[in-house]
Amino acid sequence: METILLNRIHLENSRSISVYMAHEGYEALKKALSMPPAEVVNEVKRANLRGRGGAGFPAAMKWGFAAADPKKPKYLLCNADEGEPGTCKDRQIMEGDPHELIEGMIIAGYAFGAEYGYIYLRAEYPRLGGILDQAISEAEEKGFLGKDICHSGFNFTIRVHRGAGAYICGEETALIESLEGKRGQSRIKPPFPVNVGAFGLPTVINNVETLANVPHIILKGGDWFAGIGPAKCPGTRIISLSGHVNRPGYYELPMGVSFREVIYEHGGGIRDGKELKAFIPGGASSPCLTPNHLNVGMDYDSVSAAGSMLGSSALMVMDQDTCMVKVAGRLMRFFVHESCGRCTPCREGTDWLLSILDRIEAGGGKEGDIELLRDICDNIAGKTFCPLGEGALGPVRGTLKYFEEEYREHIRIKGCTLKI
Amino acid sequence: MNTAFSEETLKRIEEVMTRYPTRQAAALPVLYLAQKEFGYINEEALSAVALALHISRAEVYGLATYYSMFSTGPMGRNVIHLCDNLACTLLGAESLRSYLERKLGIKMGETTPDGRFTLKNAECLGACGQAPVMLVNDDFYEALTESTIDEVLEKYL
Repeated sequence: METILLNRIHLENSRSISVYMAHEGYEALKKALSMPPAEVVNEVKRANLRGRGGAGFPAAMKWGFAAADPKKPKYLLCNADEGEPGTCKDRQIMEGDPHELIEGMIIAGYAFGAEYGYIYLRAEYPRLGGILDQAISEAEEKGFLGKDICHSGFNFTIRVHRGAGAYICGEETALIESLEGKRGQSRIKPPFPVNVGAFGLPTVINNVETLANVPHIILKGGDWFAGIGPAKCPGTRIISLSGHVNRPGYYELPMGVSFREVIYEHGGGIRDGKELKAFIPGGASSPCLTPNHLNVGMDYDSVSAAGSMLGSSALMVMDQDTCMVKVAGRLMRFFVHESCGRCTPCREGTDWLLSILDRIEAGGGKEGDIELLRDICDNIAGKTFCPLGEGALGPVRGTLKYFEEEYREHIRIKGCTLKI
Repeated sequence: MNTAFSEETLKRIEEVMTRYPTRQAAALPVLYLAQKEFGYINEEALSAVALALHISRAEVYGLATYYSMFSTGPMGRNVIHLCDNLACTLLGAESLRSYLERKLGIKMGETTPDGRFTLKNAECLGACGQAPVMLVNDDFYEALTESTIDEVLEKYL
């Protein structure tokens, strides 16, 4: 089984530039700088590298759009605001192999003509800021960052920008607002950030894991990368596995690996010999799936076809004792907390959903509550400025789809009989 | 003249400003510096940040209340963020929350009378593979149990 991203993190001093360079580090940058920028974009296009943040948008296409815009300077923003509950994948790269990300950023900047890069780091990773700053200054000392990188005439600077604890800033236009020193509230698109982004200039926003793949693609070729995993969505994925499994943690596996393999082989199955009840495949906003979906592959298209989404590939596993009304309520509380408050359907709707879910769980459920939950969902869907409102519906719609009877039982017996 | 900040902080603010094309873009790092200097974003901090960024006090207040890492009220010397999002809840975060509240004699969002700890809940700390987790100041503690919580708290005076 081939891994790409996490090959170096177990080495001693894996964060240092000397260890990185002893293991092919910055070779890809030298190679990229000897190619015309458009050729670098083409190589990544051949690789069919799709964004690892959650949407799966082709990275090379964003780069191409930004490169075609004549405005200067251009910005590259690395989205390291890993906030989707259940997700701890980007942290592994930044903590164990920060130069892999930095090299990917420099190559990306060269490819579409950016001069400035920012890493928008989530506030909850305070120690990572120091690790990244250290790696940036090492790269500057070696001449991989700064002016006239490797005598190519290309200039590129990277700075770390620490967020301040708002989930919505993982959405790219809110991230830009936050970088500009404003409240992180989404912008209406279009215009798209590739044309009017940070400080009004062309801006590409790529996820950490997306950028970390870039040096490998340049070094080994787009065709090599395209041959790993499913053709429509090649490469590997770092899966964050949590919940009721014997071996939670993070696993880099080929895209398209089945849920069964991840949960039962890598994760060691369900704790305490219990049965699997449900799992959330891609972070808090992805609707849950059931044991009937264990053979589905973890790639964007297959999980969508199964009625959910791969998102950030944060797989949360729940055993037979888990109350699905409580799961929905717990996740809804998160969305209520994180709703930016700007648009009414999201601000009021999520709060209303939460109060009904909590009431049902506490034994105060009424006839008609289930229909009301569905009605509120329908009145949020498609009516919000940004995807947060839509994401908040995942937990309710998913649990209602597969566990409506459990909701009805709560209402019937006025309470909950499950342990969690 | 911005006199509320110490000389040292003013120097750091000037350095931070060089990282961005606009003054306002330095808002989050400057708010972090202000919180460090004043303990929380009080009236004095609001004015000092507004002056440094060339924006209104109202805008600074808007930022300080929007982002959860900033506090507009006093905090303890050590801030505990206990995660109770789903991955941590599945593995017992709720009973750990009760345990912490009992042990410290305060509720979520409160500060101990001696000012040693402020207890806050966190919405996912990004360490779900090692749940349940908490962050004390800048340090993560993972796979928590009641006894590891006891040990961790001893370290913070």
